Amino acid sequence: MDKIPPQVKLIDNFLKKHESKIKDLRFMGHLFRKSLLSMIGLILILILIIVALFAPFLASQHPAYVRVSTDQGTTVTEERWDIHFDQKLLPPSAEHFFGTDDYGRDIFSMVIYGSQTSFRICIIVVAVSTLLGIILGGIAGYFGGIIDEILMRITDIFLAVPYLILAMAVTAALGRSIDNIMQALIIVWWPAYARLMRGQVLAVREQQFVEAARSVGASNSRILFRHIFPNSYAPLLVQITLDLGAVLLVAAGLSFLGLGASPGTAEWGLMISSGRIHMFHAWWYVTFPGLAILLVVLGFNLLGDGLRDVTDPKLRR
Amino acid sequence: MKTWEFIVRRLLLLIPVILGVTIITFTVSHVIPADPARAFAGGPKAQPEVIERITKELHLDEPIWIQYFYYLNDIIHFNFGKSYLESRPVSDSLAQYFPATLELTIFAMVIAIPLGIVGGIISAIRRNKLSDHITRIIAIIGYSLPIFWLALMLQYVFAYQIPILPLEGRLAIAMNAPSTITGLYVMDSILTGNLTTLGSSLYHLILPSFTLGFATLALILRMTRSSMLEVMGMDYIRTGRAKGLSERTIIYKHALRNALIPTITVTGLAFGGLLGGAVLTETIFNWPGMGRFAAEAVLGFDFNAVMGFTILVAIIYVVANLIVDVLYAVIDPRVRLGGG
Repeated sequence: MDKIPPQVKLIDNFLKKHESKIKDLRFMGHLFRKSLLSMIGLILILILIIVALFAPFLASQHPAYVRVSTDQGTTVTEERWDIHFDQKLLPPSAEHFFGTDDYGRDIFSMVIYGSQTSFRICIIVVAVSTLLGIILGGIAGYFGGIIDEILMRITDIFLAVPYLILAMAVTAALGRSIDNIMQALIIVWWPAYARLMRGQVLAVREQQFVEAARSVGASNSRILFRHIFPNSYAPLLVQITLDLGAVLLVAAGLSFLGLGASPGTAEWGLMISSGRIHMFHAWWYVTFPGLAILLVVLGFNLLGDGLRDVTDPKLRR
Repeated sequence: MKTWEFIVRRLLLLIPVILGVTIITFTVSHVIPADPARAFAGGPKAQPEVIERITKELHLDEPIWIQYFYYLNDIIHFNFGKSYLESRPVSDSLAQYFPATLELTIFAMVIAIPLGIVGGIISAIRRNKLSDHITRIIAIIGYSLPIFWLALMLQYVFAYQIPILPLEGRLAIAMNAPSTITGLYVMDSILTGNLTTLGSSLYHLILPSFTLGFATLALILRMTRSSMLEVMGMDYIRTGRAKGLSERTIIYKHALRNALIPTITVTGLAFGGLLGGAVLTETIFNWPGMGRFAAEAVLGFDFNAVMGFTILVAIIYVVANLIVDVLYAVIDPRVRLGGG
């Protein structure tokens, strides 16, 4: 009889060990694929990722990146697009799918490159807020007592100011730039994750398998990282997906108000803001960047809803 | 616990939250900026002597906790400093612009709440039918739309392509504002019996309040639908059916009342979104409210105005949620009995 190669054995063992989990995932995948709206969401997000990754191949015009010094004496990288005044405000055509703007730049190319900026904002803001929220919320929920009380009162206070307005005030204090919008959004967003995580930990903490781990002498960090966090990923994942869209909406709003990138950058909110005065004679200028925001946020919302439906057993009907 | 006891308890709990909010705004205005004095003096182009005067006025050369003490004292007296853009106290500006924002928000709610609830009920009782799918799609688009883009698109369609609604403002250009009683134009024109201003102000409210309310409508619709579905699966609904109640009685008398409880909570939370959305909506519709004032202040480096606006909005939001909590306790006795 042939000897079974060790890799196959390894995979075999892995499959056996996680059999129930894999079955569960398969079932979730099946439910997800059955839902048309969830699939549309997934496709929209895949398109976003592809567009952001392959922007240089998809766009017909490309920005140059230059280092410029700011008022504060630091240097930042700025995006510069070539200006073609002879081609300004051209309507959509085979050459310019989305028309051109008031400086003759190709709006299609700018929307394509704008996906990179949007993607960066969403991912960084949500990733950092989630990380902060998991750590702080996890600690609060697990240890309870005075730490929990203090942390939760702090989150109460943050949640008492509407997102957009607190972020606006923080950006006003930090100075206008995309990076500052991201910092402001992180400051605004982490408390929601801290609360979510705390709730999850409280729910899982008293369950038997955690007590069992504690009774055999597992350390606090082992219980947290091996038992509690892995069992609270589902609601977190849903929230992260929905928030990727919500962050994009608020960030675009702040950009629209003029708090983000300097004019001429390929950023969707900013493009709508610059196109506003040309709206009645060049509808395409504000329309296409806005559609891009709508489709991406819609994608995240549909995907998030779909994930919630398949991961929440109560909703599996 | 009696209802009034619950209310008093919640009112007392407001104090630490509002104090906490002042700590946040203090941190944002006095700690985060690289140079707070310059920020208060009007940003990058501030004159050195103004910066020096501001440093003295706001005690910025003293230890941080003493600065906070002065800051808190000012806020308690509703003194938010002077607005550079308008050369008058920020509190005067906010007081002048507040009614316009209030009017807009009220009308946004008036559109969002009934339509959201009715849509949610229709969606729930016709689950998985065509009308359910349509309302759900409207809802999911509703909270995926960038509000400022929706505003521009509505302007383009209804004020330009099919010019049936006004582009911006609160009244027709030639019209004088009704004499100020409440500051709400609709209210004032009713009180003074001026039907032309009433008509014009209602007419000007349509687009901005729809824009502002649409996301809230979507949120309420979604919440009503899911809680309706949950309630419809309860035992007492089955009991109702078993004893032969009509479907109408079951839906409106038994299911809806219980299904509305989560909807009320969501409405309170959505109010924060409305206040944030007002900044964008007012800017686009040139609506002379606090939101437009704040947006202009941020761009004009009018730091006092931005911070004053932030504190006021936080207080309004906290009080709005208090009202929701109280309403909740009145409707649902379990909240009171549960020990608050």
